[in-house]
Amino acid sequence: MPTTQILYFAFLRDRLGRSEECVVLPTEVRTVRALLAWLQARDSALAALLEEGRTIRVAVNQEFAAADDPVAPGDEIALFPPVTGG
Amino acid sequence: MATVRVQEAPFDLGAEMAALACGGSVGGIGCFVGVVRGDPGTGGRALRALTLQHYSGMTERAIGAIAAEAERRFGLLGCTVLHRVGTLGIGEGIVLVLAAAPHRGDALAATGFLIDWLKTRAPFWKRQEFEDGSSEWVEAREADDAAAQRWV
Repeated sequence: MPTTQILYFAFLRDRLGRSEECVVLPTEVRTVRALLAWLQARDSALAALLEEGRTIRVAVNQEFAAADDPVAPGDEIALFPPVTGG
Repeated sequence: MATVRVQEAPFDLGAEMAALACGGSVGGIGCFVGVVRGDPGTGGRALRALTLQHYSGMTERAIGAIAAEAERRFGLLGCTVLHRVGTLGIGEGIVLVLAAAPHRGDALAATGFLIDWLKTRAPFWKRQEFEDGSSEWVEAREADDAAAQRWV
């Protein structure tokens, strides 16, 4: 089973205290929505951020992803706040 | 042909313009330079600097896609998008957008399109560093989403 890399940026990186981790996705986690629910259940700091109503965007393999988009083992997944460049 | 770079170093506007203008077909180059503004933070804290973070790989890809879309929509002869990361002081350039076309209309419109889409679609995040040693991440602005929506 290939591992899945999860990257964190901006305030998520600060609040979670890490910039990345490798996880083994359970077989039932096959969408962005299910992934966020699973991550939230295993990490109280991430759950707290979502409970505060902070908006979190997700990219799968370096493309912006919506809640129903698929995730698969081996994907590169990133969680970050709305972007503020320019 | 788009030039896209994410870099810590300052950019050289004159050199980038000259590179884009060569070839003889360019009639105008639209230009936007984003600069670190010395806005006070909440509680009137004085801003010292901005620190920019990006997602290496995705950021370059996202800007490349935006640049390709601008070239297609406005018939550009070329464009340049340089975005800085790291810690930048007040008055320093953050982003440079240049759009070259045969005539001014497309050059100016493409410049507006590029910066509006960049602000909402390219993964960069700004943190304000204040004189008192505190810092906070900048929140995304609805006005930026509205500006990007003009082009949809």
